[in-house]
Amino acid sequence: MTEPLVVLEKVEKRFDDFVAVTGADLTIGEGEFVAIMGPSGCGKTTTLRMLAGLDAPTSGEIRIAGKVMNAVAAHERDTPMVWQSLALFPFLNARENVEFGLKMRGVDAAERKTRAMNWLERMEIAEFAERNVETLSGGQRQRVALARALVTEPQLLLLDEPLSALDAHLVIRMQSVLTKLQRELGITFVYVTHSQSEAFAMADRVVIMSRGEIAQVGTPREVYRAPATRFVAEFVGRNNILPGKVAAAMGGSVTVETALGAFAVPGEAAVGADASIVVSADMMQVGGGENTIEATVISEEFVGSIVTAFLEAKDGTELKVQVQERVLADLDLTAGSTVTLGWATKDGHLLVEGT
Amino acid sequence: MTLFLRAYLALIVGFIFLPIVVSMAFSFNDARFPTLPLSGFTTIWYETIFADPDFWRAAKNSLIVSGCTCVIATFLGFCTAYTDYRYSFRGKSLFLAIILLPPTIPLIIIALAMLAWFSRVGMSGQVVSIIAAHTVLTAPFAMAIIRLRLSQIDESLEAAAWNLGASEWRAMREVILPFCKPAILSSLFLTAAVSFDEFTVSWFVSGLNKTLPVHVLEIVQGTIDPQVNAIGTLVFGVSITLVVISQLLIFFRLQKAAS
Repeated sequence: MTEPLVVLEKVEKRFDDFVAVTGADLTIGEGEFVAIMGPSGCGKTTTLRMLAGLDAPTSGEIRIAGKVMNAVAAHERDTPMVWQSLALFPFLNARENVEFGLKMRGVDAAERKTRAMNWLERMEIAEFAERNVETLSGGQRQRVALARALVTEPQLLLLDEPLSALDAHLVIRMQSVLTKLQRELGITFVYVTHSQSEAFAMADRVVIMSRGEIAQVGTPREVYRAPATRFVAEFVGRNNILPGKVAAAMGGSVTVETALGAFAVPGEAAVGADASIVVSADMMQVGGGENTIEATVISEEFVGSIVTAFLEAKDGTELKVQVQERVLADLDLTAGSTVTLGWATKDGHLLVEGT
Repeated sequence: MTLFLRAYLALIVGFIFLPIVVSMAFSFNDARFPTLPLSGFTTIWYETIFADPDFWRAAKNSLIVSGCTCVIATFLGFCTAYTDYRYSFRGKSLFLAIILLPPTIPLIIIALAMLAWFSRVGMSGQVVSIIAAHTVLTAPFAMAIIRLRLSQIDESLEAAAWNLGASEWRAMREVILPFCKPAILSSLFLTAAVSFDEFTVSWFVSGLNKTLPVHVLEIVQGTIDPQVNAIGTLVFGVSITLVVISQLLIFFRLQKAAS
């Protein structure tokens, strides 16, 4: 039986007293696009650096292609990385930057040049090959960085927030470049980001980290629709979270008693357990539903076709509802007005605390 | 900049450079005594020094000393600057303070201490002793220049080289050294310049192996001789060239980094 390309087993990394990563178990398959996301300081970059061999795990084991990597030096691995700062060598031109990895592997000059030029052409920047990298635009530099990392034809590419320095429109463009590239090459991408939109747009699976621990692993849809912990529910998008206690349970459905009333939600939990109901903002309806809450409109946020309205229930709980901009006129969502929000029972997600 | 500031600046520059300019002027003056008005143009003083074997011996010593000093001081300066950039360890600030200490000690104290130490270990009066003493004096400058350059580096750069398959030594050669090249060149020129016209310490430790500045003093002590102006002009010419090259290297690099 062949094991997945990347395996992390109970990986922990401490810096003196600070625990950067703890109890990390994760497998990443060949050809997968995995995004590791979380707020800053959650351990995502440390995890990536451990895969690159730039930090050694304090305990636990990391295997790549079946080989234990804990003690393998960074330069003896084939795990190129695209850096947040890009880390292009400023004293080399674009082509020489791309050639660097080949040069370190003792490839002769003529072949280096051919292979580097192939990659620069593939990234559509061959015309800038002899230019100083400092004179290139952000998008062009990004492409040089990608070419430099991929020129050695690795099985695994690590990306550390590579798009964070780009303008919004370039981010979208580079996202499609990356997903296309990953499909064509069929290699594994491990992509670290704090941006949910980047992670959801590109990844097959996302890993959400919080305070050094992996909080949830799943497809973007699973993580979005069924957050495993309160942290994930809060971190991922616009969720309404109604905390309470399980009052009754029967046949795949429980009733949770919250400060805003008792609501039914699909799921299993013991009576008396602390639990929350999570309803994403796009599942909330204005006007009514199987479960309803009265709330006062505070403000709205317009981002194009979708408008998010922020409301406050009578006990102060913040609620969010997303509606299509074209139907906004039919609803009375002016600030200060009181409306009824509702959702279908099946659209609620049960979150049992302490699991 | 206001007119006043410009005038003030001109005065300061004048104050610093006037004596040198006067000395240069008299080095081409055909009178024995330095009096105005200048009497006529001559190159006799240059011919005299070029014919003097003592001058050539001193010039050779100066070149050997500054040539060796700049290489050793820049090497040590680079090593300490890199240590500071790359590692953090207990007592690092003490380490840095000790390294930057020599320029704060009065030259005469260093000179005396060096003389005492060299005679104790049987090294006094040799060219090597001047090189050792000058290295102590100039290495902190080398370290400061290279450290400034390393402070501009993207910290991922070295790790990126490892990540692409470079061992630590290879990364040093392929990334750190090329990145520091302008600062290393600048440091070579500057430390050479400082060593080339350093007088106090040289005078104490040189013994019979005089350097040019020591040779100048010995002439002045004997007589009033316009040769001194000629040697002074040459020494100044060499030093200022080295310093200007050094400053240009730093300046262009900083300007590029800023743009």
